[in-house]
Amino acid sequence: MSATTHDHAHDDHHGHAPGFVHRWLFSTNHKDIGTLYLIFAICAGIVGGILSIIMRAQLAAPGNHLITTGQSWNTLVTAHGLIMIFFTVMPAMIGGFGNWFVPLMIGAPDMAFPRLNNISFWLLVPAFMLVMAGLLTGDGAGSGWTLYTPLSAQQDISMDYTLFALHLAGISSLLGAINFITTIFNMRTPGMTLHKMPLFVWSMLVTAFLLLLAIPVLAGAITMLITDRNFGTSFFDPKGGGDPLLFQHLFWFFGHPEVYIMILPGFGMISHIISTFSKKPVFGYLGMAYAMVAIGVVGFVVWAHHMFVSGISVDTRAYFMAATMIIAVPTGIKIFSWIATMWGGSIDMNVPMLWAVGFIFLFTVGGVTGVVLSNAGIDQILHNSYYVVAHFHYVLSLGAVFSIFAGFYYWIGKMSGHQYPETLGKIHFWVTFIGVNLTFFPMHFLGLNGMPRRYPDYPNAFAGWNGVASFGSYIGGLSVLIFLVVLFKTFTSKVKLADNYWGEGATTLEWTVSSPPPFHTFEELPRVR
Amino acid sequence: MKHFRRLLVFPAQALSVLAVAALCATTPALAQTPKPWAIGMQTSHSPVESGIQSLHTLVNLLMIAVVILVAALLGYVVWAFDKKRHPVASRTSHNTVLEVAWTVIPVLILVVIAIPSFRLVYFEDRTRDADLTIKVTGHQWYWEYGYPDSQNIHFDSYMIADEDIKAGQIRRLSVDNPLVVPAGKNIRILTTGADVIHSFFIPSLGVQRYAIPGRTIETWMKVDKPGDYYGECNQICGTNHSAMPIHVHAVTDADYKTWLDQAKTKFASDAGPGSTNYAALAVK
Ligand code: HEM
Ligand SMILES: [Cu+2]
Ligand SMILES: [Cu+2]
Repeated sequence: MSATTHDHAHDDHHGHAPGFVHRWLFSTNHKDIGTLYLIFAICAGIVGGILSIIMRAQLAAPGNHLITTGQSWNTLVTAHGLIMIFFTVMPAMIGGFGNWFVPLMIGAPDMAFPRLNNISFWLLVPAFMLVMAGLLTGDGAGSGWTLYTPLSAQQDISMDYTLFALHLAGISSLLGAINFITTIFNMRTPGMTLHKMPLFVWSMLVTAFLLLLAIPVLAGAITMLITDRNFGTSFFDPKGGGDPLLFQHLFWFFGHPEVYIMILPGFGMISHIISTFSKKPVFGYLGMAYAMVAIGVVGFVVWAHHMFVSGISVDTRAYFMAATMIIAVPTGIKIFSWIATMWGGSIDMNVPMLWAVGFIFLFTVGGVTGVVLSNAGIDQILHNSYYVVAHFHYVLSLGAVFSIFAGFYYWIGKMSGHQYPETLGKIHFWVTFIGVNLTFFPMHFLGLNGMPRRYPDYPNAFAGWNGVASFGSYIGGLSVLIFLVVLFKTFTSKVKLADNYWGEGATTLEWTVSSPPPFHTFEELPRVR
Repeated sequence: MKHFRRLLVFPAQALSVLAVAALCATTPALAQTPKPWAIGMQTSHSPVESGIQSLHTLVNLLMIAVVILVAALLGYVVWAFDKKRHPVASRTSHNTVLEVAWTVIPVLILVVIAIPSFRLVYFEDRTRDADLTIKVTGHQWYWEYGYPDSQNIHFDSYMIADEDIKAGQIRRLSVDNPLVVPAGKNIRILTTGADVIHSFFIPSLGVQRYAIPGRTIETWMKVDKPGDYYGECNQICGTNHSAMPIHVHAVTDADYKTWLDQAKTKFASDAGPGSTNYAALAVK
């Protein structure tokens, strides 16, 4: 079947890639758009990473004056959070790997709406420019990524830039979600029923639904914020009968599903990688698929666990606590099923597998601190502390980002046709692993001891662990440089890669086409039995 | 229900107690502050905080056990099923007993956590018989404390700037006018915000509530014994968010009465509800 695809690619005039401008600016090809997304995510990730190192340098010792005002500190925190979420993790996972591999895995020639796909990507570029304007103009938008009003209502015009950036990024995600849902429901190759669909595609389907339902709520909230700021409405202003708490409800109705949007595609990728390198089918496939569906559904009814100290009633707290704890169950199913997939396998511990196993461990650490925080009673003194910063970096910076690197090493050969350097990849893993753990583990201690987040300076007693965390972040910065060398070595490598360079363990359809795949794939649909 | 007993002592807390002991020499007696290199919570000084810490000890232990289990399984699997040691992979992809087990056991663990957790949430909520009420108003960037039961005395509490710190004061925690309360009394706390949202957060007393404009939120505390307890604003509120700490000075009943009498004269000039001129006080 791959042979037919090749022939078509060569004798069919349409099989040839168009010129540069047409190919990269007016792109309607899912692989090219995926590549654009990945390049974009790497650039944004470097910007967000530089901001984080600047922040850690400020926090390295008490009384530092690297950052001169609290407002500039707040704008740094805000920009770092927004860039990492909306411009690094989401574009890499959904736009990058999603675009590349959803059509390939379901045997579809492309996404359902190729032009929509293109505009999804290009909306991100002005969105990113606006977020940078929010950081660099005026006093900067310094509300934290949570944008709580009235503080966000107080900021100067830079806040409007940031809000419009979120509108654009939101539209981009929404169009992407519509595209993925349509593609997955309508363009699966004959024989591929939903229950035969690869788990990465399942994860993208659930993610797309979360986006579809969550983004409009964010859009509504920030639209009201924009009109409160600029047109004299008072949706959230108590002086005009509005309510600041309404904003928090709307924000977190979006915000909590958002955290699953950032991790579910990672779950999908990890399943494939674990299965490939254990040379075994995924353990409990249906349980894995429906665990993601369950996480997606329950993820919509837990939002107020971010508001335990916002003055919601005690019964409401009790409900949100119980609902939140329930999410631990499907998450546990996933962790144990991954381990069971490896059990009895014949494990090849190469670079992608290393990142995947690292992911399972670190995500577990981040997950259990989530269970601690779900106890509204305990959260009363951990809320907004560095414990929370440690928790969400374990699931994001060490969870989502590790899964992105796992996916990168797993698929870079397929995407580019170039072999990554194995040893350097391992060094990259270990330096990152040490760096991020040194950075984020001590934050648990700081939080337990009462250090609040979004602070540019702190009582001297917190100096010790902050020093360790900052040192760790410099090692993390070093690992990014190693990654750049990995990229360079990969693209200059002359090794030719086979269609299925991972061998028997890799069973999904992307391994039936050449590496890199021809410009158009599956012009003749593959059959799945 | 009144007091949550500490059932378990987690090594981390034992260690932090040691750290505290080692540092007591350098800090004034009965001052509850964060401690260098501490890895656990600050020592508890209220029933609510004791409840929080005993629940946290339980949950933390269970969660550490989960992490150790997952790490051990991962380590074993990676070692035992390495392709050199185990060249031929099995094809097993189902095991109903296992799948049921790893669904049901986590549920049971969660139930074990949930029962004391629900009790704690309701215990923390509010006090039924308050001995006095304190009104806390968050401003950019200071706290205003009001005593509606005592002729509505109220005053502002600002952080001591770094350059004005004197011996015995703590940088970033000491304030000009601490919140004075009687120890051993049930204190109702009402929080509100004057401009943006702040958060009234005192770790060692187990207190935290947002201070939200247009809303009044109720919670409570009871300070075990006289002493000084510190907290910080814990919701981003603008440029000086990190510069509006909270200092609670708890005293005996007799001392509290004396203080009230002095305070009535000291803070009399602007007594009376609503007389504070917020605009004039706001730091630009
Ligand atoms: C080298 C890696 C990183 C370092 C050193 C780092 C460091 C930091 C620091 C110092 C803060 C401010 C904490 C505070 O004062 O509240 C922060 C906040 C945050 N970070 Fe990171 N970070 C890293 C990677 C990431 C990644 C990969 C993500 C997401 C995928 C992420 C998401 C966030 C978010 C959402 C916030 C909260 C922003 C806010 O408070 O509004 N970070 N990070
Ligand atoms: Cu959440
Ligand atoms: Cu604040």
